[in-house]
Amino acid sequence: MTAPHPLAPEVRLLTARDLAGLILALAIVAAPHALRAPWWLALLTLCLYGVRALVLVRRLALPGRGVLLLIAAAAMLGVWVEYHTIFGRVAGIVLLLLFSGLKLLETRTHRDASAVAFLCYFLIITNFLYTQNIAAALAMCVALAVITATVVGFSAPQRPLRANLRTAGLLLAHAAPVGLLLFLLFPRVQGPMWGLPQDAQSGITGLSDTMAPGDIAQLAQSDALAFRAEFTDRIPAPRQRYWRGPVLSNFDGRTWTAGQVHLAEAPPAPRGGVAYRYTVLLEPHQRHWLFALETPARRPPQANFSSDGHLLSASPVRNRLRYEMVSIADARPDAREDPLLLRLALRIPPGYNPKAMALAGEWRRAARDEDEVLARAIEFFRSGQFSYTLEPPLLGRDSVDEFLFSTRTGFCEHFSSAFVFLMRAAGLPARVVTGYQGGDPNPVDGILTVRQSDAHAWAEVFVAGRGWLRVDPTAAAVPGRVDAGLARAVSGSAALPFLMRPDFAWLRGMRYNWEAMVHKWNVWVLGYNPERQREFMSRFGMPNTDWKELAATLFAALGVFTASLVLWSLRRWARPDPVQAAWHRFCRKLGARGTVRAPHEGPRDYADRAARQAPAAGAAIRRIGELYIALRYGPAARADEIAELKRLVRTLRLA
Amino acid sequence: MLRALQTDPRFLNWFYGFTPPERGAIVLGLRRVYIVPTRLGWMFAGTLAILLLGSINYSLALGFALTFLLAGLGLAGMVHTVRNLALLSVSPGRAEPVFAGEQAQFRLHLDNRSRFDRPSILARHLASGAQLVVDVGANSVAEVVLAVPAERRGRLALGRVMLETRFPLDLFRAWSYVEPDVHCIVYPRPIGSPLPPPEADGAGAAARTHVQGNDDFSGLRAYQASDSPRHVAWKAVARAGDMLTKQFTDDAASEVWLDWQLTPRRVGTEERLSLLAGWVLAAERRGASYGLRLPGAEIAPGRGEAQRAECLNALALYDGP
Repeated sequence: MTAPHPLAPEVRLLTARDLAGLILALAIVAAPHALRAPWWLALLTLCLYGVRALVLVRRLALPGRGVLLLIAAAAMLGVWVEYHTIFGRVAGIVLLLLFSGLKLLETRTHRDASAVAFLCYFLIITNFLYTQNIAAALAMCVALAVITATVVGFSAPQRPLRANLRTAGLLLAHAAPVGLLLFLLFPRVQGPMWGLPQDAQSGITGLSDTMAPGDIAQLAQSDALAFRAEFTDRIPAPRQRYWRGPVLSNFDGRTWTAGQVHLAEAPPAPRGGVAYRYTVLLEPHQRHWLFALETPARRPPQANFSSDGHLLSASPVRNRLRYEMVSIADARPDAREDPLLLRLALRIPPGYNPKAMALAGEWRRAARDEDEVLARAIEFFRSGQFSYTLEPPLLGRDSVDEFLFSTRTGFCEHFSSAFVFLMRAAGLPARVVTGYQGGDPNPVDGILTVRQSDAHAWAEVFVAGRGWLRVDPTAAAVPGRVDAGLARAVSGSAALPFLMRPDFAWLRGMRYNWEAMVHKWNVWVLGYNPERQREFMSRFGMPNTDWKELAATLFAALGVFTASLVLWSLRRWARPDPVQAAWHRFCRKLGARGTVRAPHEGPRDYADRAARQAPAAGAAIRRIGELYIALRYGPAARADEIAELKRLVRTLRLA
Repeated sequence: MLRALQTDPRFLNWFYGFTPPERGAIVLGLRRVYIVPTRLGWMFAGTLAILLLGSINYSLALGFALTFLLAGLGLAGMVHTVRNLALLSVSPGRAEPVFAGEQAQFRLHLDNRSRFDRPSILARHLASGAQLVVDVGANSVAEVVLAVPAERRGRLALGRVMLETRFPLDLFRAWSYVEPDVHCIVYPRPIGSPLPPPEADGAGAAARTHVQGNDDFSGLRAYQASDSPRHVAWKAVARAGDMLTKQFTDDAASEVWLDWQLTPRRVGTEERLSLLAGWVLAAERRGASYGLRLPGAEIAPGRGEAQRAECLNALALYDGP
């Protein structure tokens, strides 16, 4: 055993075809990362791929380990400068991208190449931390096909590419049912299993305590569940469904922040309005705040009111939390407020947004009282021909001015931010309230589902003698947002007037179908959780399955599938020759009687010998021998002779 | 107990699923195809475990999809690796006789009767380590030639051959043992020495001191230490630098008996057989008619390829009087 094993991956050298496959696979899986990574790192990684290809084409020597270490150290320093850490998730993923290039540059054998293939899998899965849409899934399928075909090429270097592609396709076709079974039946546990890294929330979408232009628009593209609410008697109307979250009152010209939050006594019970009783099942979001319909009239255990009127849990919500609430819609607010808070709610950074300042000043001068200022502002938004889009244009330094007077296109954070700025400039205390608006009531069980896509920001204005009034400038500008939900409202965005034309009905139909497909995708693929797994199993008459039943079902299904795959792979394509089958049967019959055919014995000799040993059946045995010789070695087999041979063998009786 | 089992041929035959040596074509049934993960396979499993943990921790639905699809790929890869070897039919080809010290060329025919091709099948001769990787096309036969060193004269059995494959994903290695009933005749290692004188018995053949005559020049051959300096082709040496010896033939019809009794008694049996083998080659080269006498066996004089093969065969298989 001194010779190296020729099939061992560490002795087989990489070929040009292997490298081309690897680089193609890397290009597919690294592209989404490269678009997010710092430009210099994406460029460096691309150069590393290119250098490796050049080394192969020009037959140069691969760079030594020292050079690679130097590049790695320099790039890690760069990442540290960029992110102030080289750990954490974002930095880690960026480094993974870099290492894919470095690893490729030291790849000589198929063992290294397999490591690169594994690296590709990690690059695929880390992309899912950012996006899990249908396009990402399709890209995964393409990447897997390329990787598999490349890996098949490793173990069959002489084989034409087309044959390897076919094998890869066959392998993936066989893998797909297994993957589906595992996806549906593998006992799911709800993550996380351990503390998430510090920057884990960058991937988990949810409200935060800051708001810059574009933040909520980004959040609204996530269909992740925020919470569910089950109402005891009736569900409030869509325009009443304002779920209050963090209140933001500090503005630095671009970003709204919560500032210092302090706890307060429970506010006096709201007067008037309609009371709603409900239970909230809140998804973990790692923050303190709890969501409640405006205006909350009770405090869940281990929670407190903040001074700006939202609910704070004593500890971050790390697991699903269930709490019962009572809220009063359309209540008359409390007219009293802490003068310090009101003073804070008037601050605006000096030197920003001169046009908006001028407009507000004009309102203030022309209006008789605060109510009229408010009315003018709302009218400004209502008649301002603003459009509502999930992809707002980027804004510069004077973001409010640009939004109000030039782009006129934005998402709720643009509307609320501009509105609050105008109010403050006009001398009315105002603040931004973030939270969720709307929710999707399930017609079957009546449970209201609120998703991240329902995230919303609105405004509160303090009018002396009336208290904090809720004003939703988005609703004023785009009435559909509140009554019909986000999807309909956004239909009015830039691209849509074209689609709204009647002659493009089929296109609109396609769009509805696509949206329905995306919804199914969200529900059945992205939202497939332990709960939905139980729901799925109950369709097959197995309600309330536990993990043991799931595992047993899974193993049974996998066993059946694997067994059929093995049978498929061993099936004989060619039907056995009937002449040969009859002859073998004949030999077995005689062998059982002690006349075993010797390996060198021809059919004629064997038949003669057997006939001598069993004289009673001698004629039949000789005839069988003749028929076999004629059929096997004669010019053309005749059907009647084959039938006779089969009959003779079948009816052969040995005494 | 276990040790006893490991050496018990009946247990081993049951364990390996066949009784060596096997006659005729050997079909690798599923029963005798073994499969284990390779080191790469274990690394793949580890990668899957990390992917699964990550998917659970971050609740990545598509992460689950990727992990499970890869797990399915591993399973499909396992079945395909078995498929690449199972139901392959192995039959031995002819192994031409060789002299001891040379390499026996054993031929195995890998007969693929399936519609799919079977790439990258390694055939390795376990005893010698001789190995070869072949691709067997769909519905075709590939020939493997295993060069096994033939150390001693006699009948060299091929012994156990391992067939292995890691196609298509390198995650599993499937292998199978075959021990086809095939032998190679190994002739004694020939020792060159002057031929014995032609038989001067009652047949009345003319007595000559040297069969290798001096009259007719018949060609050149490589110089041997025992050659007379008078026969060295000095002109050729001067031209090419190689020592060559001129050969002369007296009488192509001369008949010589290569007799065991003519070999020196003081050397061992193997050396005597080697001497005889050398004589057979020399006589054949000279075109003489020669016969072979061994204790208990005699081959009548003759010449030509068949005579040479018969004589050498007798020498190879000689096992004492």
